[in-house]
Amino acid sequence: MIEQMSEPAGAADRPSPSFPPSLPGPIGVPAVQVSGVTKTFRTRAGLVEALADVDLSVAEGEFVALLGPSGCGKSTLLRVIADLETSTTGEVEVFGKTAARAREDQDYGIAFQQAGLLPWRTVAANVALPLELHDLPRKQRKERVAHLLDLVGLGDFAQHHPDQLSGGMQQRVAIARSLAEQPRLLLMDEPFGALDEMTRERMQAELARICAETGAAVVFVTHSIPEAVFLADRVVVMSPRPGRITGVVATGIGREVPRDDALREDRAFFAKVTEVREALHGSPVTGVGREER
Amino acid sequence: MSALSAASTTRSRVAVVLAPLVTGLLVLAVWQFLVTVVEVSPYLLPGPAEIAEEWRANSDSIREAFWVTGMNALVGLIAGTVLGVALAALASWSGWIEGMAATVVAALAVVPIVALAPVLNSMYGADSEYGRRVIASIAAFVPVYVNSIRGLHQTTALHRDLMRSYAASGWQRFRSLTLPSATPFVLTGIRVASSLAVISALVAEYFGGPRGGLGSFISTSAATSAYARAWAYVGAAIVLGLLAYLLTGLLERLVQRLLPTGATP
Repeated sequence: MIEQMSEPAGAADRPSPSFPPSLPGPIGVPAVQVSGVTKTFRTRAGLVEALADVDLSVAEGEFVALLGPSGCGKSTLLRVIADLETSTTGEVEVFGKTAARAREDQDYGIAFQQAGLLPWRTVAANVALPLELHDLPRKQRKERVAHLLDLVGLGDFAQHHPDQLSGGMQQRVAIARSLAEQPRLLLMDEPFGALDEMTRERMQAELARICAETGAAVVFVTHSIPEAVFLADRVVVMSPRPGRITGVVATGIGREVPRDDALREDRAFFAKVTEVREALHGSPVTGVGREER
Repeated sequence: MSALSAASTTRSRVAVVLAPLVTGLLVLAVWQFLVTVVEVSPYLLPGPAEIAEEWRANSDSIREAFWVTGMNALVGLIAGTVLGVALAALASWSGWIEGMAATVVAALAVVPIVALAPVLNSMYGADSEYGRRVIASIAAFVPVYVNSIRGLHQTTALHRDLMRSYAASGWQRFRSLTLPSATPFVLTGIRVASSLAVISALVAEYFGGPRGGLGSFISTSAATSAYARAWAYVGAAIVLGLLAYLLTGLLERLVQRLLPTGATP
């Protein structure tokens, strides 16, 4: 797939991917097309420029991680794509439609850092919520929910309430809910940010498996370099104030490569982590370097 | 193991019923002991047996008075609840309305029933229960309104984002998010309001208006030194208060069952 990246100052000399991206690259409209988007918030302290001239294209079925320090506008970019915020200038297209239209058509599923389950609903009823709102007949709803809960490994917990589940399980319910409308695009805003490291690694592996099964494109916001490299086809590195894209690293880890612990130990994986870290800090990192969580 | 736990739950269930019964009987026994053995003057403290006797003798008028006061409290509670929830819904919809209502509600909250009762009783005439019902509804309105407002503000930004991402209509958002988050608060308001409505319906009868309620019988019996009879009416008032409490408890269960929890996905 073509890389339609802006190359702002300082990013031009970023190394190009050492091996070509192994994306199938389907011909057609990209899942997400962001062109020249800026976002300015009006606060009491004055105008705050959250995003400056961002261009980004995500192909069908592609997994793109947005990586950057806190406050670099990566969440804002995701929210603009989701039409939860409106961009100040520029255009956002999702499957060739406006972001607003795509939201109304339920073309994407979304998950946040907090699971955001409704506490008075059971696990099954939480997953069923979007289906209920969009009037899917009860029988189909039931089948779909059962299937989704099996997908995230919570089939036995359908009748539990959210407060009976651990944080990781709640987040799995939220992921099942984001998949309810069988979207071809998933928007995820640090969905594992509040989880402990072990749960987090397990969830990453599960998400990779789920994405392989559904074939959905993913825009995944994170501030963890290993997480971004582990999951994504492409890592988009952003810098803060105003948020702009400073580099793009194709991980070159194909979809056929299983996301498991063996990959985490792989030399190529480490090399990519280093490459992304350098892109993030804007200069070669010597030694092991600091880990960003 | 399960037999053991079943036995222990049975025992605790028995204890739940038995404990207050034993307490009540003990209090009655001590009371009767004070009156008959220690010979406390019946003017100071009529005995339970005497009060029960009065209750039996006046059972018809007690039943009638119970009905009158209970009806006033119920009408007041319903009117106050409907008004409170409706105004809270309007206020949560527009900050303007909330701001305007705040002063009125604050004023209503501090109005003592004793001050309002004579005014309303004279306004609506000596033979009308209307004034008492207005008083009961004012008393019920305040806690329902205050709690409903809090309840309607309970939705989180995350849940609102989620509803927006689902392109939910205003009504859908209200039904599946705002209403269920507000319900426990509204119910708490109603529980507080139910006892307030009973108390104000009773107290309002002390200040004129038609005779016939529990409050007016308590005051006339006490005024004619028929203390045992006054206590019998007080007993009926206690029963009325308990009944109101039980009814709101039942309402809570009913609402929880009817809530759109999506129990069958």
